[in-house]
Amino acid sequence: MSDKTRQALITVGVLLFLALPGMGLGSYWLDVLNQVGLYAVLSLSLNIILGHAGMFHMGHAAFFAVGAYVTAILNTVYHVPVMATLPLAGLAAGVFALLVASPIIHLRGDYLLVVTIGIVEIVRIALINNVFGLTGGSNGIVGIQRPDLPGLGRLTAPWHFFYLIWGFVAISMFMFEYLENSRYGRALKFIREDVVAAEGVGINTASCKLSAFVIGAIWAGFTGTIYATQMRTISPGSFSYWESVVLFMIVILGGRGNQWGVLLGSFLVIGLPELFRGLQSSRMLFFGAALVVMMIFRPQGLIPSRNRRYKLPQPYADKYK
Amino acid sequence: MEVFIQQTTNGLAVGGIYALIALGYTMVYGVLKLINFAHGDLFALGAYLGFTLLVSFGLAGYVGMVSAILICSLMVMVFSGLAGYLLERVAYRPLRNSDRISAVVSALGASIFFQNAIMLVWGAQYRSYPAGIIPNLTISFAGQNIPLIRIFVLVASVVIMLILYFFINRTRIGMAIRASAIDQGAARLMGIDVRSVIALVFIIGPALGGLAGVMVGIYYGQINFNMGQMYGLKAFTAAIIGGIGNIPGAMLGGLLLGLVEAFGAAYISLAWRDAITFIVLILILVVRPTGILRERVAEKL
Repeated sequence: MSDKTRQALITVGVLLFLALPGMGLGSYWLDVLNQVGLYAVLSLSLNIILGHAGMFHMGHAAFFAVGAYVTAILNTVYHVPVMATLPLAGLAAGVFALLVASPIIHLRGDYLLVVTIGIVEIVRIALINNVFGLTGGSNGIVGIQRPDLPGLGRLTAPWHFFYLIWGFVAISMFMFEYLENSRYGRALKFIREDVVAAEGVGINTASCKLSAFVIGAIWAGFTGTIYATQMRTISPGSFSYWESVVLFMIVILGGRGNQWGVLLGSFLVIGLPELFRGLQSSRMLFFGAALVVMMIFRPQGLIPSRNRRYKLPQPYADKYK
Repeated sequence: MEVFIQQTTNGLAVGGIYALIALGYTMVYGVLKLINFAHGDLFALGAYLGFTLLVSFGLAGYVGMVSAILICSLMVMVFSGLAGYLLERVAYRPLRNSDRISAVVSALGASIFFQNAIMLVWGAQYRSYPAGIIPNLTISFAGQNIPLIRIFVLVASVVIMLILYFFINRTRIGMAIRASAIDQGAARLMGIDVRSVIALVFIIGPALGGLAGVMVGIYYGQINFNMGQMYGLKAFTAAIIGGIGNIPGAMLGGLLLGLVEAFGAAYISLAWRDAITFIVLILILVVRPTGILRERVAEKL
């Protein structure tokens, strides 16, 4: 498939997708798509850490929780408009990531995995224990406002959120695409492939890894804002270890390091069980087995990360076709 | 003083259970350098198999309480060991030569699979072990009444650990396991069948884990399908404290963690009990990643 037809297909696909709310899709299915979109953004942000930098991070729900709670507290207690809390939620999640990640960033893959599970559990326990007297304990926080967008008024209906969430997905993918192809993004991939060699050519691996963590966390914090305002109620149960597992699974199954793979993964893991309601209770069983099978037969994921390609100079191009 | 003695005995009993589970992590890690994430769920599987034998089959009705517990424990060990063997065959052996990331993800997938399989078979609600399996007696120690069941759990786990310790250090098979842990290639050249050693480790570890599951059922009276996750993380913490890959270290780490947790719950806060464990885990990995005894886990940067 040539690049042009590829692009045309993607454009048509995106346009069709954007027209979905107008084509009589019920609010149930719009809610499902919204959920897929939220998970997609979260997974895309996890993809920076897990996919590009290759760090086994299984506590992404912790950063998501920080963002959601910052929005919820600022909105319900201090009456800050929801959309104004968005940058603060990202900032808080980023600072939190900086604090917790800097001492553990040097841990080897599997140990990092266990420690990040520990972090997400600590955050959840802290939320349940009503830390600072602000998080509302195990009942969480209720009555978060709907967002007001300048010039558009208040967003209430599922299709409003459809455009908000998927707009956010699009912006994220666009920005992450730039990030991926930047000098920094290439450095991250290098670290994933061979950390010693990366260090050898002068990449500051520690700071690259740490900043990947922070960028991913900031984005998860933003998503927390959107989640809080869409749900209007948040509680510690929504930010458990299992949420992190689901995100981890989406990235690994879809293809770590490839945005389209991650997007496909979100549809498969979140959307597919909705199509087969009978699968609902056994979906994790199925996906657990799928992880094992994938690792044996296709460890790189459904749509693997593409390596950067360079054009050969003309005289050689014919010779080494 | 009262709280102190009660919490010490309680901590040691729970610590013994952690140590039994931690042994599975540490033995597998020793030979394969892999964290078997599904180990905690095999432990939960053991607890549920014990539940089925004791409650659904009413084993105690046929043979009396004491032999019921013995038979149940043995059968659970056999079944858990079998599950561990199958796990190794299906999820780990095909990945022996691929990168460790794949193996870790596969372990994770197996863990998710087991946890949900348990939920689908036995249901998501809490299940109760029959009350009074161990007579509800107390014995007097230093002016305190200590429940007999604590002593029982502690003694049982220490005896099993001693048996394992002698098995590893005094028998030829134990020597083969130790040799494979030190250098697989060299062990193979010495005529050791490393593949069966790995299979054996995957039988012994889950067998001990399954037994620990039955002990948790008897000790607390209640089991839940996702308890493997919390106990697994705690036992893993215990293994790290002792220095993963080190068998006496796992025993020491388990008992130590049990005590830390009991005292933390009593003197700091019960609600933060689980968080204390994870803070200990993070501190150990950051400050002294080799644990109390050996094994370096952090890479230099």
